[in-house]
Amino acid sequence: MATKQIISPLPGTFYRRPAPDSPPFKAEGDRIAAGDAIGLVEVMKSFHEIKAQFAGKIVKFLIDNEEPIMAGQPIADVED
Amino acid sequence: MATIKTLLIANRGEIAVRIIRAARELGIRTVQAYSDADANSLAVKLADVAVNIGPPQASKSYLSIAAILAAARESEADAVHPGYGFLAENADFADAVEAASLIFVGPPGSVIRLMGDKAAAREIAAKAGVPTVPGSDGRIDTPEDAREAASRLGYPVMIKAAAGGGGRGIRIVNDRAELDRLVPQASVEAKTAFGDGGLYLEKLVERARHIEVQVLGDGRDVVHLYERECSLQRRRQKVWEEAPAAHLPDEIRARLCACAVELARAVSYRGAGTLEFLYDETTRDFYFIEMNTRIQVEHPVTEFVTGVDLVREMIKIAGGEPLGLRQADIRCVGHSIECRINAEDPAMGFMPSPGIVSGLRVPSGPGVRFDSMLYAGYAVPPFYDSLIGKLIVWDESRAAAIERLRRALGEFEIDGLKTTIGLHEALALDADVRALRFDTKFLERWIETNASHLA
Repeated sequence: MATKQIISPLPGTFYRRPAPDSPPFKAEGDRIAAGDAIGLVEVMKSFHEIKAQFAGKIVKFLIDNEEPIMAGQPIADVED
Repeated sequence: MATIKTLLIANRGEIAVRIIRAARELGIRTVQAYSDADANSLAVKLADVAVNIGPPQASKSYLSIAAILAAARESEADAVHPGYGFLAENADFADAVEAASLIFVGPPGSVIRLMGDKAAAREIAAKAGVPTVPGSDGRIDTPEDAREAASRLGYPVMIKAAAGGGGRGIRIVNDRAELDRLVPQASVEAKTAFGDGGLYLEKLVERARHIEVQVLGDGRDVVHLYERECSLQRRRQKVWEEAPAAHLPDEIRARLCACAVELARAVSYRGAGTLEFLYDETTRDFYFIEMNTRIQVEHPVTEFVTGVDLVREMIKIAGGEPLGLRQADIRCVGHSIECRINAEDPAMGFMPSPGIVSGLRVPSGPGVRFDSMLYAGYAVPPFYDSLIGKLIVWDESRAAAIERLRRALGEFEIDGLKTTIGLHEALALDADVRALRFDTKFLERWIETNASHLA
């Protein structure tokens, strides 16, 4: 089974949830479709959705909620 | 009261540098509080001492009252300057600083709290005889209150959060159905964003200019330092500011400034503050909207036309000195313009552009000032505001100031980042901007029309 990674195109702060009191976009084990939002990156006070570029199943998030993130850093491992 | 010996700067970026400069000229030792992301910042390099206050996320560093007070203790600071943004208008922070037997460079927590409640501030203004935008009498507690107030004011109206500010949480409502739908939603959002679901209504003043008056107070006396014109805004964030508001008739200016002083006196204001007004050029009416109880980003334009160092004055007042300025001695000479330089790409919908400043050349020469934290090789972090500098020019007239601005903008070279310099170059050439024909909605329309020229 091939494992791929969702990569952040932006640096900033990573969020798993659309708002502080909302449930996470996706949980580990969830199936995702291409185009699904899996998180937000806040860069200079503006929020950008991170969308999956491919379908699959999220095996593991590689970064915690509200942690700093670099451009090019992997966010999650995804299996076919 | 004791003169300040050591000042902790609880902020970052260009304003931290500005405060260090003012403190050093007063012979005050400076301590820069910094997050992990700011270890290489100019403020850290310039300060006498730097203390780490936590991780990059502002909520864990620049917004952490506990971390900042611990840094003040560790560095034996006797005063804290909050700058703008972050904790600058947090009344609990001001109280906590004073409870720790430190001086807060700004008004007491009670005044911040009072003016921070926009509904309460409106009531104080009304009592002081200062015109306010027609609105609800204080907070609206029930949907019936909202309907009644809205029909009395006439649509369109704005729903505003009592605890809001910086343009956040504002909704424009055109009819009763929209009002019924949006009031509960706005209340929930205000509760989430500000911890207070209180709302009030204001009539929407269309085609208004944003004009604000700078004041300085020492808790006993208050003086004004004339007005600024700040109508050029994008998403309610100022982009270009001027002093004075050159279109304002002298008689209106005199009344506006007198009203600002009256209102600041009503709360025995201490420190530097700004009273924001909407001005309707056709009727020549002005309305108080809110007071900012801190130094503002655009303070340098006032410094240029009055010759008063506002940051120095606010530190001296905090140290217990009486106001050293008499109203009759404060004059407004010539014209000043500030352009906010942001790390954003105007050609890509103002997408933020953090990164490494690989090359840097900044304007200088007569009548030019550049307040910034940039240096060649500096990595602009992605965690904070996109403001990377402010170009401020002064000249004898507004027309001359615009030519000087164009000259100065042309000297800039900032490599490695996208910036808003090109936007300002285009604005400085625009016929409406040059003729001072704009209101608070102008810039967003202008950007839509001119998007292709910004590429």
